[in-house]
Amino acid sequence: MTHPYLSVEGIARRYGARAVFRNLWFGVERGEFVCLIGHSGCGKTTILNILAGLEAPDDGALVMDGHEISGPSLDRAVIFQSHALYPWLSALGNVAFALKSRHPRWSKAQIEARARQALDLVGLKDAAHQKPCELSGGMKQRVGIARALSLEPALLLMDEPFSALDALTRGTLQDEVGGLVGGGKQTAFMITHDVDEAILLADRILLMTNGPDAYLAEIVINTLPRPRDRANLHRQPGYYALRNHIVDFLVTRSRVLAGERPVHWTGRDVPEVIPAAPTKTLETLGT
Amino acid sequence: MGGFARSRWAAPFLSLALLVALLSCWQLAVRDTAPTTRMDPEYAALMGATATTGKSAIPTPVDVGRRLVAAISDPFYDKGPNDKGVGTQLAFSLARVLLGFGLAAIVAIPAGFLIGMSPLAGATLNPFIQVLKPVSPLAWMPLALYTIKDSSQSAIFVIFICSIWPMLVNTAFGVAGVRREWLNVACTLEVSPWRRAIFVILPAAAPTIFTGMRISVGIAWLVIVAAEMLVGGTGIGYFVWNQWNNLSLADILLGILLIGLVGMALDRLLGWAASAFTWRE
Repeated sequence: MTHPYLSVEGIARRYGARAVFRNLWFGVERGEFVCLIGHSGCGKTTILNILAGLEAPDDGALVMDGHEISGPSLDRAVIFQSHALYPWLSALGNVAFALKSRHPRWSKAQIEARARQALDLVGLKDAAHQKPCELSGGMKQRVGIARALSLEPALLLMDEPFSALDALTRGTLQDEVGGLVGGGKQTAFMITHDVDEAILLADRILLMTNGPDAYLAEIVINTLPRPRDRANLHRQPGYYALRNHIVDFLVTRSRVLAGERPVHWTGRDVPEVIPAAPTKTLETLGT
Repeated sequence: MGGFARSRWAAPFLSLALLVALLSCWQLAVRDTAPTTRMDPEYAALMGATATTGKSAIPTPVDVGRRLVAAISDPFYDKGPNDKGVGTQLAFSLARVLLGFGLAAIVAIPAGFLIGMSPLAGATLNPFIQVLKPVSPLAWMPLALYTIKDSSQSAIFVIFICSIWPMLVNTAFGVAGVRREWLNVACTLEVSPWRRAIFVILPAAAPTIFTGMRISVGIAWLVIVAAEMLVGGTGIGYFVWNQWNNLSLADILLGILLIGLVGMALDRLLGWAASAFTWRE
């Protein structure tokens, strides 16, 4: 049996006798973009914090590249929901602070050059010396993205990174992140509750049932071709089948399936579905 | 009227008008009423102006103004232990306040850091802080005089004691309240504890720490006057007390005015320092 690059093995979070989620198994392959979707209360952020090493699971373990995850690491960079920039540092200072942690021996000039390059990548060349309070919400999150990507992490973790942004900014940033991260460039794991975001970015989408005692109900494989962009994604064959499947899950099945496990459920063999498979799409579209 | 209320000169103008009104009331209230009954000049000299011309013993604003001009034109004269210029006296007081306040900052900010970072240290020290904080700093004076034996150093000790608490409590509060997400960022970046304390927690807590320093310096300036009245010798507090012994109410009012002005300057100074380290979200 081959092990995935990142292997999550039976983790759980409990408060006393009550489990938020338990017996959670999944893997992320190298270069893969995996999204986790679920309603509030199913422990999404906790799962991301456990992957980041900020929290320890109550059960189970995580193995990445053959090593157990036992704490935070520069190899696992996080893009936080609330951008989490230091307001007393400029955009450049925030990226440089991360780079200084990554490369303690680098000279000041080396760090600044690399930080500028990272800001350039997210289109913030001219805002390098501005403080976060002078930046818009979208620009702040861009700095957060630049900070995380500048570390060249083995795994990029994102906790609903676009949920605090307005719809237009969100769309633009989703496209940009898709370009920077998607298509095998970067192993990434993202928490979201936005169906379109997951379809745009992910190779596989993990569907969690509602909490408490949430579990992984299904893994949806996104076969839509890359590169994807929001303008044309909904014209791709199979798009609606995929979207309807996930929306159905979030609206009804996440609630119906919650709590009681199916018979013979072990948590390890989560069913994989391919709603956007070409044979199915013709029926769904009715053409 | 609406235009005037919105003008940026409205408040300064009204302040000035109020000042003039108050000074006029003062001047009118203490003016000479009338020459009283004729009396023997020697007896009149003995009785003083109050008895002879009906003049109030309270000086007029003009008297205080004259004293102010005289004091400012020669602030640093020294005519012996009981007669020094107000500049010299203020300098003594300021030196004591800054020394006591500085020592307090050296102790209170690291201690506050420890309390803020470690809930155990906080819970352990909390009873001591709660009991010692409400003690009037002057209550320490006899103990300080007995142990230190030097009155001037005792005054510095009293300033030290009264400056500690606001800085300690505010630093602890600021450090304990650093946003979880900022610490999480430092965690995922594997930042060492020292680097985290200096480059994350200290700047994050700086606005709160500065607020504590501002409160401390304000209290220190309040207390130094009282402390110097007790220990005597030098300082603006001693000056005021000495003028009471001289029955020179004009000089006492001059002292009050100068204490207020210097206190305001201290507060503004720390306010500027704080704004240099304060970030906006």
